[in-house]
Amino acid sequence: MEIDPLIFRLSIFILSIFVGYYVVWSVTPSLHTPLMSVTNAISSVIIVGAIIAGLSGNSGSVFNTSSIFGFLAIALAAINIFGGFLVTQRMLAMYKKKKKDKK
Amino acid sequence: MISANLSAIFYLISGVLFILALRGLSSPETSRQGNFFGILGMIIAVTVTFLSTGNFSTGFVYVLIFILVGGSIGAFIAYRIPMTAMPELVAGFHSLVGLAAVFVAISAFLNPEAFNLGYQGNIKLGSLIEMSIGAAVGAITFSGSIIAFLKLQGIMSGSPITFKGQHPLNAIILISIIVLIYFLCSTQSSNLFWILLAVSFLIGFLLIIPIGGADMPVVISMLNSYSGWAAAGIGFTLENTALIITGALVGSSGAILSYIMCKGMNRSFFNVILGGFGATDEKSNTSSKEQRPVKSGNADDAAFLMKNASSVIIVPGYGMAVAQAQHALREMVDTLKKNDIKVSYAIHPVAGRMPGHMNVLLAEANVPYDEVFELEEINNDFANADVAFVIGANDVTNPVAKTDPQSPIYGMPVLDVEKCKSVLFVKRSLSPGYAGIDNDLFYKENTLMLFADAKKMTEDITKNL
Repeated sequence: MEIDPLIFRLSIFILSIFVGYYVVWSVTPSLHTPLMSVTNAISSVIIVGAIIAGLSGNSGSVFNTSSIFGFLAIALAAINIFGGFLVTQRMLAMYKKKKKDKK
Repeated sequence: MISANLSAIFYLISGVLFILALRGLSSPETSRQGNFFGILGMIIAVTVTFLSTGNFSTGFVYVLIFILVGGSIGAFIAYRIPMTAMPELVAGFHSLVGLAAVFVAISAFLNPEAFNLGYQGNIKLGSLIEMSIGAAVGAITFSGSIIAFLKLQGIMSGSPITFKGQHPLNAIILISIIVLIYFLCSTQSSNLFWILLAVSFLIGFLLIIPIGGADMPVVISMLNSYSGWAAAGIGFTLENTALIITGALVGSSGAILSYIMCKGMNRSFFNVILGGFGATDEKSNTSSKEQRPVKSGNADDAAFLMKNASSVIIVPGYGMAVAQAQHALREMVDTLKKNDIKVSYAIHPVAGRMPGHMNVLLAEANVPYDEVFELEEINNDFANADVAFVIGANDVTNPVAKTDPQSPIYGMPVLDVEKCKSVLFVKRSLSPGYAGIDNDLFYKENTLMLFADAKKMTEDITKNL
């Protein structure tokens, strides 16, 4: 009997939880705020689903109820992607080491 | 148009890049590179999606327009937001992830053919279950984050809102969500789908209102986790590896952060979630102790004490963020350093309104991160330090947590500030902190209270140094 592809996805999911567990424990506490903003940005990869939804209309009419929700989701996810990565970048740029010449 | 297998491999690559993005955060030096990996992963995922749909018609133009509109709003916010408002921003962003998950689920429910999930009214059972879980968690994330945002922004009162029968009501709603999902899957009725969404929005709202302001670090981390699980739910529906990996990463990341925050307060997760903390304990402690004498001083006294010290430890808290005192503080420290005084910063895990809040503010004020220490790293140094400068922190310094088993914060790890030769405590009044209990530190022999706004006091001290 063939294995349901769902089982493969479930395996990826479970293993990723473990990867996440170990990776996140290694994050230094002083970077916990950037951690939250970057996880925010990457969870917006949900835009992938939104794009498929947005493109689901047929060539005659781009907009139908389903694709409109897709377009809205695209805009929301895009706010998060750009906002999340840029604000993380901005924060990380501020973390500096002690300058040796300045006492 | 590229094959499904090839695009699956690219989604896997972007999932791995997201893992590397988080891995980079293990130290500030590698963190910027990590963020770059994250951006790269996102670009790959989006590009592959375009290529695999192979649809570059009018719809594609609209997709680009919406990305551009959302992207500019996001970029604008990212550059304009002050660092003190990070907790609100993150809460706001969580709500958007939640809502996006809901919208994608709605879209998939209305037009399952586009996603290869069957036909309307006859969606594959597995997909329908995944879809409704994703939608429900997304809705909870959305309304919960909105409440968290309003509380952090101060639009809604930070004090817990409780009413009779709150917990039974929440329990009934949560059970009804499961029942609704069951019936939705057996009947495929769209009415049930809408009811499910409405009920999920409601429970997100009800779950967060009883939780008070200073518990926000737990709430934000928890919502972070939820947004991940919502993304994973949608990822299963769309059979998309990138989304599943990311959802799992974000979900576990948020869960770990909530755990760290709960541990920092010595409270169980359920205790925080059930809420109402700080609303009930106020009367027991305050009445009898009000008469105790306190020593208070001015900027001049504080400057004198610090000038004669050889090492100073600074303990910042939420009050520093409120007063926007981080830059003034750095200037004071610069002056101290010119006088050859050793200065370090001690940060409690739950200082501020979100994990790592204080570290970001100090980094913004150009404080080098190797002068900033976590509780375990620095707690033994208080005994050897001359002055502890507490600015905007309160409960996290309260020695009662170590001495009084009756106290609601008993057992919470605290900074051993009282072991310093002298303690300078900047505070606007003697009022108790968030936990509603008196801080014994105020009445210690070696404590000098500085009653003033944190920023003004720090500036005055600098002038007197």
